[in-house]
Amino acid sequence: MPDCFTPGDLPDFDYQGELGHPGKYPFTRGIHPTMYRGRLWTMRQYAGFASAEESNRRYRYLLEQGQAGLSVAFDLPTQIGYDSDHPLAAAEVGKVGVPVSTLKDMETLFDQIPLEKVSISMTINSTAPILLAMYVATARKQNATISNLEGTIQNDILKEYIARGTYIFPPQPSMRLATDIFDIFKYCHDSAPRWNVISISGYHMREAGATASQELAFTLANGIAYVQAALDAGLDLASFAPRLSFFFCCHNDFFEEIAKFRAARRLWARIMRERFKAEDERSCMLRFHTQTAGCTLTAQQPLNNIVRTALQALAAVLGGTQSLHTDSYDEAYATPSEEAVTIALRTQQVVAFESGVTGAADPLGGSYYLEHLTRKMERETGEYIDRIDKLGGAVRAIEDGFQQREIEDSAYLCQKQVESGQRTIVGMNKFTSARTTTPRLQRIDPTQTSRQLDRLHQVKQQRDYDRAAATLHRLGEAARGPDNLMPPILDCVEAYCTLGEISDTLRRVLGTQKERAAF
Amino acid sequence: MVKGRKIRVLVAKPGLDGHDRGAKVVARALHDAGMQVFYTGIRQTPEMIAEAAFEGRVDVIGLSILSGAHLELCPRIMEHLGSKGLRNVPVLVGGIIPEEDVRALNDMGIRAVFGPGTLTREIEDFITRMVTED
Repeated sequence: MPDCFTPGDLPDFDYQGELGHPGKYPFTRGIHPTMYRGRLWTMRQYAGFASAEESNRRYRYLLEQGQAGLSVAFDLPTQIGYDSDHPLAAAEVGKVGVPVSTLKDMETLFDQIPLEKVSISMTINSTAPILLAMYVATARKQNATISNLEGTIQNDILKEYIARGTYIFPPQPSMRLATDIFDIFKYCHDSAPRWNVISISGYHMREAGATASQELAFTLANGIAYVQAALDAGLDLASFAPRLSFFFCCHNDFFEEIAKFRAARRLWARIMRERFKAEDERSCMLRFHTQTAGCTLTAQQPLNNIVRTALQALAAVLGGTQSLHTDSYDEAYATPSEEAVTIALRTQQVVAFESGVTGAADPLGGSYYLEHLTRKMERETGEYIDRIDKLGGAVRAIEDGFQQREIEDSAYLCQKQVESGQRTIVGMNKFTSARTTTPRLQRIDPTQTSRQLDRLHQVKQQRDYDRAAATLHRLGEAARGPDNLMPPILDCVEAYCTLGEISDTLRRVLGTQKERAAF
Repeated sequence: MVKGRKIRVLVAKPGLDGHDRGAKVVARALHDAGMQVFYTGIRQTPEMIAEAAFEGRVDVIGLSILSGAHLELCPRIMEHLGSKGLRNVPVLVGGIIPEEDVRALNDMGIRAVFGPGTLTREIEDFITRMVTED
């Protein structure tokens, strides 16, 4: 590494080919010509608590505080297809997010929140078709026009096999469900909605230990797999490609992260144009959400986390993110308190309204150092994507455990570097001090769980049982055939079938995934 | 207790959470420290963990919990270990555990709780000391 970077470090630099103006292919400098001068990023804090009522209260608080969009965290049983009254759910109802077992819960969650006006992001993957159907049904009950709905459904099952672990079905049938969602809004009256049909996520792989280039490569390789699966299912590229979105982590290494976001846009633009022959420019734009890195937060000296988060937020903005979640400083202890969430949101607002970094699109573009790093990131990522191609693509590589092993190795190396002091964590392995006060914690009120169970019980008693059973039967039949499963799932949801009943119906036909031995 | 053979450790992920970075890093560090390590993988029920501990004839059990479900999961795991006759196998917990819950975990028989920022060699040393003293 030279001490200082010069034009000599950027041989054959080609402004138009490599960068292009903001808003122009290959979008290295951003997807809009004016970037934040025209419109700020969406400040979107991920939240979900204990029960639908409690979450609804938090969402309305966040909207009052100036947040532009909501991001729903579901509890683990909901993410894995178990109702709140399932034996495996007993310890986990409402723990890491809101439980949603029936349409009734979804109606409660968005009570007095006009879905036509608020953009909603839902972190849900293996049960995404069911939750999306509940959301659409709730919007219908609010008399919303479906084409006015705006938001994102994560719907990225591949990264769940690599990192986060909320899979139900094996990869192949899961890919079918994912691409059925790509097609759903066509089914909803062929309107052109402002919905992102997937959020192809590197975040969780990074949190599991991936390096920046691994995060980027594994995410883009998964993206390639989804595009190919949708094409194989007969979808027209231009009908879904502009609605694909991405989700990255923003870690500590400030310039490396900015380079990562810029390289991501350039790589994806070229993948879409060269590999998939996309003609429409919008199909080549990589739009992304960013979350600051939870794994960089320390339990020691927790207020330092506010500073880490601010730097990461700044890097995400300089990298041209479309929306941002800033982590709360108390996340190494528990789900965040209202005070900590507010500081996190204020951090974004300081970046947006006080720092002045929104004054020009891609303000660091042309920096010798940053352009060098962007090229390096592009090269390293490209090499990984080639390796995955040679393994037969992302799905095959996941089945072989390739990405999982690479991430495990990186996580272990990182831990060793921290333990040897080669990697400094302020307040943890250097500049340590006597124990500081623990932040005030958000506790879950146990009566919330019993209210959730009461509501579920009530829904089951009051619904038209024969109608519910008939819709489930039709879903099972449809799952055996090739048709899009969204319409029968929507019928089930509107008949107040539970998430667990719908998931079980699909489990019986599609099978379930077992974890591959890691050790 | 373990003279002349490797210390046998079960690393387990109870509950529905899939965040297994910590469990895998600890498992690998203990393996590199010369212990025989069994890792259960994710989504283990208390019954499955007790069964794996019994089958593996382990000297110590490490549970990794980040979902906030520790106060519900740990008593059930301890109960199943008891019914398998494994009441004396020491159990450690690692993960996101609020400080005010540590005492409750100790009261139900959990030997130690390791939070974020723990060095793997602290865990190695703790296990080695505990198993050789017992």
